[in-house]
Amino acid sequence: MEKSINVTLKIWRQAGPKVKGKFETYKLDNVSTDSSFLEMMDVLNEQLINERKEPIAFDHDCREGICGMCSMFINGHPHGPDGEITTCQLHMRNFKDGETITVEPWRSAAFPVIRDLMVDRGAYDKIIQAGGFVSVNTGGVPDGNAIPISKVDADEAMDAASCIGCGACAATCKNGSAMLFVAAKVSQLALLPQGRVEAAHRAKLMVAKMDELGFGNCTNTGACEAECPKNVSISHIARLNREFLSAKFKD
Amino acid sequence: MAKKQESTSVETKIDARIPEGPLAEKWSNYKAHQKLVNPSNKRRLDIIVVGTGLAGASAAASMAEMGFNVLNFCIQDSPRRAHSIAAQGGINAAKNYQNDGDSVYRLFYDTIKGGDYRAREANVYRLAEVSNGIIDQCVAQGVPFAREYGGLLDNRSFGGAQVSRTFYAKGQTGQQLLLGAYSALSRQIGKGAVKLYSRYEMLDVVVIDGRARGIIARNLVTGKVERFFAHAVVVGSGGYGNTFFLSTNAMASNGSAAVQMYKKGAYFANPAYAQIHPTCIPVHGEFQSKLTLMSESLRNDGRIWTPKKKEDAEAIRAGKKRATDLSEDERDYYLERRYPAFGNLVPRDVASRAAKERCDAGYGVGNTGLAVYLDFSDAIKRLGENVVRARYGNLFQMYEKIVDDNPYKTPMMIYPAIHYTMGGIWVDYELQTSVKGLFCIGEANFSDHGANRLGASALMQGLADGYFVLPYTIQNYLADQIQVPRLSTDLPEFEEAEKAVNDKIKKLMSIQGKESVDHIHRKLGLIMWDFVGMGRNKAGLETALEKIKEVRKEFWTNVYIPGKEVDLNNELEKALRLADFIEIGELMARDALMREESCGGHFREEYQTPEGEALRNDEEFSFASCWKFTGEGNEPELLKEALDYEFIHRQQRNYKS
Repeated sequence: MEKSINVTLKIWRQAGPKVKGKFETYKLDNVSTDSSFLEMMDVLNEQLINERKEPIAFDHDCREGICGMCSMFINGHPHGPDGEITTCQLHMRNFKDGETITVEPWRSAAFPVIRDLMVDRGAYDKIIQAGGFVSVNTGGVPDGNAIPISKVDADEAMDAASCIGCGACAATCKNGSAMLFVAAKVSQLALLPQGRVEAAHRAKLMVAKMDELGFGNCTNTGACEAECPKNVSISHIARLNREFLSAKFKD
Repeated sequence: MAKKQESTSVETKIDARIPEGPLAEKWSNYKAHQKLVNPSNKRRLDIIVVGTGLAGASAAASMAEMGFNVLNFCIQDSPRRAHSIAAQGGINAAKNYQNDGDSVYRLFYDTIKGGDYRAREANVYRLAEVSNGIIDQCVAQGVPFAREYGGLLDNRSFGGAQVSRTFYAKGQTGQQLLLGAYSALSRQIGKGAVKLYSRYEMLDVVVIDGRARGIIARNLVTGKVERFFAHAVVVGSGGYGNTFFLSTNAMASNGSAAVQMYKKGAYFANPAYAQIHPTCIPVHGEFQSKLTLMSESLRNDGRIWTPKKKEDAEAIRAGKKRATDLSEDERDYYLERRYPAFGNLVPRDVASRAAKERCDAGYGVGNTGLAVYLDFSDAIKRLGENVVRARYGNLFQMYEKIVDDNPYKTPMMIYPAIHYTMGGIWVDYELQTSVKGLFCIGEANFSDHGANRLGASALMQGLADGYFVLPYTIQNYLADQIQVPRLSTDLPEFEEAEKAVNDKIKKLMSIQGKESVDHIHRKLGLIMWDFVGMGRNKAGLETALEKIKEVRKEFWTNVYIPGKEVDLNNELEKALRLADFIEIGELMARDALMREESCGGHFREEYQTPEGEALRNDEEFSFASCWKFTGEGNEPELLKEALDYEFIHRQQRNYKS
């Protein structure tokens, strides 16, 4: 049932990548528990604008949990305390009346802050550009049913492919590792005959790019899997490691 | 040997340059005779692609693979976030893998009929023709489509079709297709063939001697306004559904690129054709920022109903009864009752109007009365919860997170919401606008869906345009441009365009009024929903035109934008977009007022059959309305592209028998 709560927000404010940031505290009353976290942020921004203050910059777009743009670290968890969702799907019914909510940007060496809660996740794009694809041009491909693919493999590839590239895995990892992100793509394509051909080579290129961009190493803490809004499994990391080793052996 | 033409009294004023010959041979003939650009010349030609959704990303990747130099602009931080990603249900193709009688002709026919005979035959036939190649392409890229145990591709049904031709990847088909196009694009970025500009927003198109030669774009991080040259400009910036403030579109989805093209001479076609999607999560409160769609695929297994008796509906609204308290014969499965042949799978416009009719008549549920049930209890009984979970699990989870109600136990509540715009920038057969060298693809153009789009056809059209149509047709234009050097962005046309953009920004920043951008946008949205929404009439549309004028005045005198001009400034971005939504809102109302008939998503209450179905007037309105900009403050001029049906016999759409 809908009700209203009052909350105190401790929000990270930072004017730019090289500027020192700090927490600011805001009070917000009569927040509908049916509203989403980002709708609550909209209301706060509207309040700041009406007070002639600078609104809080944050990334968001589809607001239905699929584009991967929203990226808030809420009460110590990427995308907040609720499970299997992104920040935009988090609803205020998950918070108590009078609660103090801490909101920070993703904190990872490879994701510099742009402003306030916005970070630059261009590093993820660069990893995909290094090898996260099947090398096929438009046209001249075989019929979609020419190569049967077992349903089990197709389903597992789909689970890996459900990654939304939000960055929660790297943001929550104490080593700042992007292994789950990289593994999801390597695993998806390695499971399918179309991507199998380049599987080992792809793993090598993507891991090399990941290392170059300042992401840390994986020590199997499993935090990434626990915080992934799309439940991408760390079993994909094992597959990545297999592909990576097979590429190294070939060298 | 054209068949008998169905003539109309509409005077043709616009030539879509459709190739000669029988329908099934037009595209092959075109490709056989079009001009091509040789590899060494391709390297010397620059193409700007604005947008990285299905259409933009697939076009940018394909043209870069061919050897052109591509500059690709993305409003988000990454091309992977374009709103195509949110498409859930699927993509149509005429593969006939199910052996259920599908064919290129049938997909063409269903699309034309679904669009209520307001689309161009030749374009739609081409779309159906290339649909199969899209599936092959996506499979080759590693898109994990759903498969059957034998390893072959699975299909499901969508509205407006009696065959199963929809390919899908769970409830995330748009995501998987976009990631496929994104991976192809990323490969070209890695090779240096595409230069990506992310967090950039196009603010104007630069026209030199009548040809598009570049754009002005704002770097959304620094706030700097920059100039970019290209031999041709392609815009795939999506639809303008956010004119309504609340829609299923993403927050940054906007119609500004369309308005810029329109003001530079591109016609805006059929602005009134907007799709209200029948299955969205109902509005919950005044702070709502956007609406969430529940995929049409749910109508494969979900049954839509309202209470049969008004007393029951009232009791449910008052919280005294629940949906599950009503027995089978106390429920009115109104789509199955009204449309026995298609049942819950009628096209979107029909399903939306039927929901509105029930709610307006007092049978709506939810605390506002603006909702109907989408019930899975029969499917769960028939298939078991696990099968339903496998098919729609992610959608059910999304519903539960938003509404806090378990759809496995109680029926979902849904209500129509604005979702897609069939109207858009006018393009000819080559996807070229009325400005030479300026192309428009995907939802941003008006081309293939007529007055109503069928489910799972947006993904098909976006990828058809980007992978298989534009990369061919743009060469026919560029073949004549090989002598044109890379022009300097210091030319006066660039300078003037940049100055106009900067002046507009300065003007907006200087207003320093009292209302936030969202506050004014909400007002516009309410006007649109009340008067230019699912049911339209003359008086209402005239009221809308008056009220939009007031909103425009309020915006330009009383908006408040905090922050600095040359800096990251989200409120300024929104203000620039709202300025254009106001223009589009006015065009939509004007177009809806002009079109004195009902067709597809455009329902004029004055024009309906005795059963309440849309009543077309082919004699007078069988045309695409093309609005031509005639200067700020002036009324736009209406031009018409006659839609002569050469191959299909038009009839009143019938989903009953």
